[in-house]
Amino acid sequence: MKKLQKAATSLSRRKFIVGTAAAGGGLALGFNLPALIDAGIGEAQAQTAAGTEVNAWVVVKPDSTCVIRIARSEMGQGTLTGLAQLVAEELECDWKKVATETIEPGANIARKRVWGDTATGGSRGIRGSQDYVRRGGAAARMMMLQAAAERWKVPVGELTVSNGMVAHAASGRSTSYGRLASAAAKLTPPDPKSIKLKDPKEWKIAGKPIKRLDTAAKLNGSKIYAIDLKLPGMLHAAVKASPVHGGKLASYDEAKVSGMPGVRRVVKVNDGAVAVVADTWWRAKTALDALPIVWDEGTAAIQSSATIAERLKEGLTATGAYAGRNEGDALKAIEGAAKKVEAVYSTPFLSHATMEPMNCTAKVTADKVEVWVATQNADASLAAATEEAGLKLAQGEVHRHDLGGGFGRRGGTQDYTRQAVAIAKQFPGVPVKLIWSREEDQAHDFYRPISQCKLAAGLDESGKLVGLHVRLSGQSINAWLNPPAAKGGNDERQLQGWWKAPGDAQLGYTVPNLLIEYAMRNTHVPVGPWRGVNTNQNGVYMECFIEEVAQAAGKDSLEFRRALMGSHPKHLAVLNAAAEKGNWGKPLPSGVHRGIAQFMGYGSYSAAVAEVSVSGRGELKVHRMVLALDCGHAVNPDQIAAQVEGSVAYGLSATFYGECTVEKGRMVELNFHNYPILRLAEMPHVETVIVPSYDFWGGVGEPTICVVAPAVLNALFAATGKPVRSLPLKNVKLA
Amino acid sequence: MAKLNINGKVRDVEVEAGTPLLWVIREQVGLTGTKYGCGVAQCGACSVHINGEVKRSCSIPISEIKPADRIVTIEGLSADSSHPVQRAWAALDVPQCGYCQSGQIMAATALLKKKPKPTDADIDEAMTNICRCGTYQRIREAVHHAAGLAKRKAQA
Repeated sequence: MKKLQKAATSLSRRKFIVGTAAAGGGLALGFNLPALIDAGIGEAQAQTAAGTEVNAWVVVKPDSTCVIRIARSEMGQGTLTGLAQLVAEELECDWKKVATETIEPGANIARKRVWGDTATGGSRGIRGSQDYVRRGGAAARMMMLQAAAERWKVPVGELTVSNGMVAHAASGRSTSYGRLASAAAKLTPPDPKSIKLKDPKEWKIAGKPIKRLDTAAKLNGSKIYAIDLKLPGMLHAAVKASPVHGGKLASYDEAKVSGMPGVRRVVKVNDGAVAVVADTWWRAKTALDALPIVWDEGTAAIQSSATIAERLKEGLTATGAYAGRNEGDALKAIEGAAKKVEAVYSTPFLSHATMEPMNCTAKVTADKVEVWVATQNADASLAAATEEAGLKLAQGEVHRHDLGGGFGRRGGTQDYTRQAVAIAKQFPGVPVKLIWSREEDQAHDFYRPISQCKLAAGLDESGKLVGLHVRLSGQSINAWLNPPAAKGGNDERQLQGWWKAPGDAQLGYTVPNLLIEYAMRNTHVPVGPWRGVNTNQNGVYMECFIEEVAQAAGKDSLEFRRALMGSHPKHLAVLNAAAEKGNWGKPLPSGVHRGIAQFMGYGSYSAAVAEVSVSGRGELKVHRMVLALDCGHAVNPDQIAAQVEGSVAYGLSATFYGECTVEKGRMVELNFHNYPILRLAEMPHVETVIVPSYDFWGGVGEPTICVVAPAVLNALFAATGKPVRSLPLKNVKLA
Repeated sequence: MAKLNINGKVRDVEVEAGTPLLWVIREQVGLTGTKYGCGVAQCGACSVHINGEVKRSCSIPISEIKPADRIVTIEGLSADSSHPVQRAWAALDVPQCGYCQSGQIMAATALLKKKPKPTDADIDEAMTNICRCGTYQRIREAVHHAAGLAKRKAQA
């Protein structure tokens, strides 16, 4: 009886592990055995299609297929494959028999967060979970070996394991993970602390440029993104929020559209938006476009790019700024310097423009809310959905879809998930899929914050930098999304990359007198993280200004930087690697010029060399870019190169074209005709140099983007003799 | 009512005349490999072949499609992802998020049909679809690679 009960319990637990959230089981991080199979019926049933859960990270099927659980979101950055490589490496399974399964947040909460964090941002997917996923793989391997040792009654030390096969050389016996899994699952897992992880030098699967696991369905149209979901009886919604951020819905005239084909109803979406719900999305959108809507635009309707620029400009010289770093006396040192250099830079608001527009499908009943959504933060999706539905966390379920682009847009805010639930709530029991038009997506982003930066430097007679003063004025992401961290304007995050502390986004230069200040100047425009976040703007300000200072000192760009980097060997090593591969100082074809930049962000060190030319008509061409990266451990060099290439494209789009302007309180650039994106013909040849030092774990998705714009702008400076201080380049005459 | 030949199969669809082909493909026919990205023929995520030419289906009203027009979507490119372009995309691990790749592949197959051995300039001119992940460098390599695969196939 006891046995039967236990088997039944484990079966129900299995059910929710694979996705259906059932109430259940408290298990501690990483190594709990759900005691799945106790005997008889349990074993027979649990070993069918689903396989045996050896521990939270590893499920083994009878044919030795290892299903590796993935808690982080896949949005193109390759984290799914990288995490699977790390687990498989320790597990010693057959890579050809690896499958993956994404963890849903309800199950994670029910199992006391056995899978750790599901949030995927800040380039933390791998570095933030590598330790516990590797231990999970290693623990499963140790249990497989133990199970074989017990079965054969031989010491575990006499066994070897490779490709999911355990062997005992002395007796000539061998068996597979598929045959050992159910016995292994019954064993007491090893103490995680006792597990010795492999030295990366021994890696056979991790550290190798192996192919992604998730490519096949992206080649034939079979991959189901959230926007592609079909559910029986589903309705479709198109939404419009107040074009002026913060505005309210005053009224709308439903009668004008209620007779249009397929239209079910027009619904209010909280205070600030209206949606048409129809039997197809195109019909919903067509009716929405025809719907007369009156907005109460509120006070922000008088704002424009010009008023915002004025406010930021005031912040460049205002008193009361937050001094993030104040070492020595920078103002005095610059004042008394033999030579002074001064410049004011600026960068605009930018939208993310993921290729898959925001969308979410929701189904709400009296006691349950389900959402199907592409999310970088499944926990935030669950919280948003349940809160909007007025239900408890345990009454929510999030079905995760891989993202058609994230870049920071699909993180904690989950505004589109809230909207979908607010709409679906008005159609109880009916799934409603909300899709934003591209125009809505451009109008209602959480934009990369706008800023201006005034920099001043002092050089002594020998051309040595004696003082640096940086005054940043601009909008704070924390003030919008996490106000306590921006209290009083003391927002460290906006100074990302200028930090003194090592490890994450440390300034790589040593300057005897240094003052780094931030004047918080917020606007009504929502802001949020955008691939690379503040390293983008600060990378331009720091590295373009350092270039101006180097030129004023009459020094070579590389040598001037090197002289400031003696105390920062990792920054320097990466700069040197980029310079070497980028042939710094070597001759170039006529008309081609080089620029260089370095920066640290997301725990990794980056540097770039760009080669550009400017035609007689003022057309800029970026021919080649070399990017060097030290991300500590390189889990999949080919996917790191893919991320570096991607960061160049994303960074160059911003450099050339990216700009969201504001008129009458609303965003002006609403589609790709006036928010152009880099195209293939403009893509330079990118060479990636990975400089792994294997003594830390850094990020990959974001770090290199911050050196793309400054390397290109510095090359442009070399080409024209004039520094560009305001982005994007589409507004700058180059000839 | 419109008669559509999609991937070799003729279907009747009941839809307003102004409905873009993209949304007919996605919502009436139910093939979702063809993507919505911009709705204004800027990004190319909705690219399909009509009589062998690559077209941006988001901006073609269904009323402009004739019953004789042969429409091919990503799902109809090959039965088993064996088209040289699909194989080349796999060989070079082109996709990141993958959302734009149906359109990229449709653009590349149309290019190779016209120019079996395209130059970089040909690729620059033909491959104008937007990819936000920035897979352009691999797309270029994969188009060249696919040209090689197709040539080998032809010689075999």
